[in-house]
Amino acid sequence: MRVPISWLKEYVDIPLPVQEVAERLTFAGLEVADIQTIGLPGSALPWDPERIVVGEVLEVRPHPDADRLVLATVEYGGGQPKTVVTGAPNLRVGDTGHKVAFALEGARHWDGTSPTPVSSVLKGRKVRGIYSDAMILSEKELGLSDDHIGVLLLDAMAPVGMPLATYMGDVVLDLEITPNMARCLSVLGVAREVAALTGGRVRYPQTRMQAGGESIEGRVAIAIADPTLCARYAATLIADVTIGPSPEWMRRRLRLAGIRPINNVVDVTNYVMLEWGQPLHAFDYDVLVRRAKGVPQITVRPAKTGELLTTLDGVVRPLAPERLLITDAAGPIAIAGVMGGAETEVTDATRAVLLEAANFHFVSIRKTTQALKLPSEASARFGRGVPPSAAAPAALRATELMRELGGGRIARGVADCYPAPQVPSVVVLTTDEVRRILGMDLSRAEIERILTALEFRCEPQGETGLCVTAPDHRLDIGTGVTGAADLIEEVARIHGYDRIPVTEMADRLPPQRDIVPLNLEEQTRDLLAVAGLQEVITYRLTTPQREAQLTPGNDSPAERAYVRVANPISADRVVMRQCLLPGLLEVMAHNARLRDRLWFFEIGPIYLPSGATKLPAEPRRLAIGMAGRLASASWRDPDPSRTDFFDLKGVVEALLRGLHLGAARFEPTTHPTFAPGRTARLIVEEHEVGFLGEVHPQVRAAFDLPPGPVCLAELDLEELLARVPLTHRVAPVPRFPPALQDIALVVDDGVTAADLTAVIRSAGGPLLADARLFDVYRGQQLPSGKKSLAFSLVFQAADRTLTDAEVEAEKRRIVEATARRLGAEPRA
Amino acid sequence: MTDIPQALTVLQAEALTALEATADEAALEQVRVRYLGRKGSLAAILRGLADLPPAERPAVGKLANEVKERLEAALAARREALQAAARAAALAAERVDVTLPGRPVPMGRLHPSTQVLRRICQIWGDMGFQIYRSRDIETEEMNFELLNIPAHHPARDMWDTFYTMVDGILLRTHTSPGQIRAMREFCPQPIRVILPGMCYRYEQITARSEIQFHQVEGLAVGRHVSMTDLKGTLISFAHRMFGAVRRVRFRASHFPFTEPSAEMDVECMLCEGAGCVVCKQTGWLEILGCGMVHPEVLRNGGYDPAVYSGFAFGMGPERITMLKHRIEDIRYFWTNDLRFLEQF
Ligand SMILES: [Zn+2]
Repeated sequence: MRVPISWLKEYVDIPLPVQEVAERLTFAGLEVADIQTIGLPGSALPWDPERIVVGEVLEVRPHPDADRLVLATVEYGGGQPKTVVTGAPNLRVGDTGHKVAFALEGARHWDGTSPTPVSSVLKGRKVRGIYSDAMILSEKELGLSDDHIGVLLLDAMAPVGMPLATYMGDVVLDLEITPNMARCLSVLGVAREVAALTGGRVRYPQTRMQAGGESIEGRVAIAIADPTLCARYAATLIADVTIGPSPEWMRRRLRLAGIRPINNVVDVTNYVMLEWGQPLHAFDYDVLVRRAKGVPQITVRPAKTGELLTTLDGVVRPLAPERLLITDAAGPIAIAGVMGGAETEVTDATRAVLLEAANFHFVSIRKTTQALKLPSEASARFGRGVPPSAAAPAALRATELMRELGGGRIARGVADCYPAPQVPSVVVLTTDEVRRILGMDLSRAEIERILTALEFRCEPQGETGLCVTAPDHRLDIGTGVTGAADLIEEVARIHGYDRIPVTEMADRLPPQRDIVPLNLEEQTRDLLAVAGLQEVITYRLTTPQREAQLTPGNDSPAERAYVRVANPISADRVVMRQCLLPGLLEVMAHNARLRDRLWFFEIGPIYLPSGATKLPAEPRRLAIGMAGRLASASWRDPDPSRTDFFDLKGVVEALLRGLHLGAARFEPTTHPTFAPGRTARLIVEEHEVGFLGEVHPQVRAAFDLPPGPVCLAELDLEELLARVPLTHRVAPVPRFPPALQDIALVVDDGVTAADLTAVIRSAGGPLLADARLFDVYRGQQLPSGKKSLAFSLVFQAADRTLTDAEVEAEKRRIVEATARRLGAEPRA
Repeated sequence: MTDIPQALTVLQAEALTALEATADEAALEQVRVRYLGRKGSLAAILRGLADLPPAERPAVGKLANEVKERLEAALAARREALQAAARAAALAAERVDVTLPGRPVPMGRLHPSTQVLRRICQIWGDMGFQIYRSRDIETEEMNFELLNIPAHHPARDMWDTFYTMVDGILLRTHTSPGQIRAMREFCPQPIRVILPGMCYRYEQITARSEIQFHQVEGLAVGRHVSMTDLKGTLISFAHRMFGAVRRVRFRASHFPFTEPSAEMDVECMLCEGAGCVVCKQTGWLEILGCGMVHPEVLRNGGYDPAVYSGFAFGMGPERITMLKHRIEDIRYFWTNDLRFLEQF
């Protein structure tokens, strides 16, 4: 909502600088998003009060040498009138008396012909042989609009010689209106706020019509089919009106408020809408009479199947049955509160106007506006709620303004169909309640003062209470506890939030509890970051196609059940993900061009529709993606090794260790995403918690990743963390030195490291503290089909230093056990 | 008969010269053997001692010992010097170019959103607000109706919503539905929770707007929770999050689920309140929305609004990160470009 200060001042005194008023409004919840200054100091190009003044055109003569140019002699209140050359089409030979914006030599103004804003300084020069050192300015040259076709014509009462900045310089407040402040979609609404915040009073405009005509009774009939959709329909009638342009002051105000002037009748409907917040619509009464072949019978009703209306934008619109219409006996004449019909609109030929001031339910208007995609100033107001009480004063005000501007005779009375008059909200508010919510004491007198300033009616009730009646323009005040809260908000914001004291919470601290899964999830993040992985957060909206790329060869992915968005904003964000890996692969592909080392993880939910309830399950997952080099190349190591499966496994093992998860094992398996032979499933306490492996080359290619191993893991974080022990035992650090022994065992290729390690551990008994595999050898020194696995064994007793003989015996037992159970031989 | 004292003097001079001339310990050893060894020059001279008359022996013997000691001392000094020189030479040979870059340490980091979320949650945790995690996909009832935003209400315009194909199910537009879930879980106990989580808005992805972003909602409910508490608690938070000297102000605002509603501004940390591009020359940055829980919302959570009261607030961690670090493009957060992530 754009509010010119000059207009606002008509209804309320502004005792403060504009900047300060804007600040007070903003602090009270009416946010001033922008302040635009026009012509005055502070604007982009202030009008020089000495050199840009109101002028009067005394005479317009033909230019002796140019058909398209004229010579205008202008009186400007200083010395001799000046003659200037102009090509403005709205100054014609013979014209006299026009008031104009007149610029003298040295005045700075906008360049009228430049497509971009460029200012220039007026200098005397010859135009087609005639010297001229002054100029009549267009709106564009003044910075008012882009109009440079003709010069700006001022109202006849503009005082000659007055600085233009004094006459029409202005400041426009651009207000952000929150839904509860819909009443401020009007200049009067804003004036009420200013009055309450500055201790002023609103001066309401005159709402009396000089009705010189016959009564409206019998000249229009009004019926409302459903009062819940249309609470009120009021109409006035003015005959013998002359359609023409509005006066310059009205056009200027409309323009400053952002509305294009059209003609006096339409402009008045818009002007009064901006003033009162009540949208109005003007019908050509004679057309209505012609259509009705008699007295127009206006009915407000929902559309019937198959009905059509050509709206005043020339579009033929089919009307769905839920559209609320204004109709007459011949059919629809307007879409209620949204747009009028073309046939009944006011034209230059209109002589009589039927003015509609109605009230439509906001839900109906919102649905229609959305369905037809026809937002308008009227629907913006109806859609946020307009009080039915505003219809009558707005109708009277507008009709009288039409008479003042367009002449004519107003029919006596208002045809007012108002089946369900507005009931004001009445709320009892006590000082105790104010203290309970605000935490501060406000006297009943202070509360009453604030509410009265906002035009609430207050009656004392009991010792500390007030019985408060909301004014008609307040549709946002409820009843009961809610109504009290509504009033407390009014009291608080006018009193000023900055004047509310500050306290520490004294209320009882709720029971404190530890949220174990959350803590463990954060610990998981830390462990992975310590392991050198970068955390990422990706979009949770994706496409089924992206996820299907993880299963190559599956040409027709079964139509999986997804949480699907009904109104996607783009084709690549249509369903909620069921896997974290595609997002991670995309991050890796994105960064592959930038960095050598691509080690990432993400923790977050996936979304699985569940048949039983409407809400999907949102289990949390952990995904790890690792590729590229182990480190970035440097002068110390120009060619670092590439990440492979065992780097990924090392990270997973570090995580398991960090979480103190004991019984975990990795089993070879197959999975369509991963390369055969390089895939494992992770089993923790006999529960499968996820997969890890090197990605299948087809998957790698599908995600546009460069050659080289790409390692991925996706783990069910909830399954994993559920098995983390609440606490774990810490073993004592041995007092006696360990005995270290290395052995290398040759086994068949088919024997796994896990098999051999298990046998060693079980054979080693309690003295074997650790058995760490440190070398794997295949090659010429061994027969084919054989490999050598070397272990570093640590023997340790808690109560003594082991003798060589004891260690030798242990080692022998291990070697014998591996020979017996796996056919292993010690490597020579 | 040779003159032994003279021979000793000559030997001493020769030996000292030879010692001075040595370049390394091997040469030094040769010199030692030549003059001081068992078969060396000094020993040869001393063998002549037996031929001297007994009366002369003590004086010459003393002289010989003095020469020997002097030479041994000179030898030790020379050895010390040679060793020091050798050490110095070795260190000089091992000198490195300390301006060469260090070996890169592969670092892992947390996403900036995680980092700021943790900071926010930690501060609130210290004030007794515990994390309450709620779901991303919500019912329309939880996301709107129970928060005092009925269908078709003008307030709905404040949220551009992603709906799902299932009637009445949507992607939450804010973390506020968690308020209802928390209240229904804890009623009638007092509540202090914060609800971090991802939210979704039907918006074009641009430098200024995203389809997903985090929010941290806070909720306190009790029998004696007032707007002065709201201000005090939020000011404490702002002082820890943005600095103890930073000024804080509250403006009236509107959210359907709070009343009175407010927005909290914090003095701009980029210009210290002087006015800059980021704060649009106002010196203030809008940090969060807050207010007293609306009576309808309390009632929907199970609390009698005539007895209980509460406050709620909500903030955007990405927005806060952007303001703090002067980031001008919100898309960085989900693009996960390492050139962005490595800066946190
Ligand atoms: Zn700033």
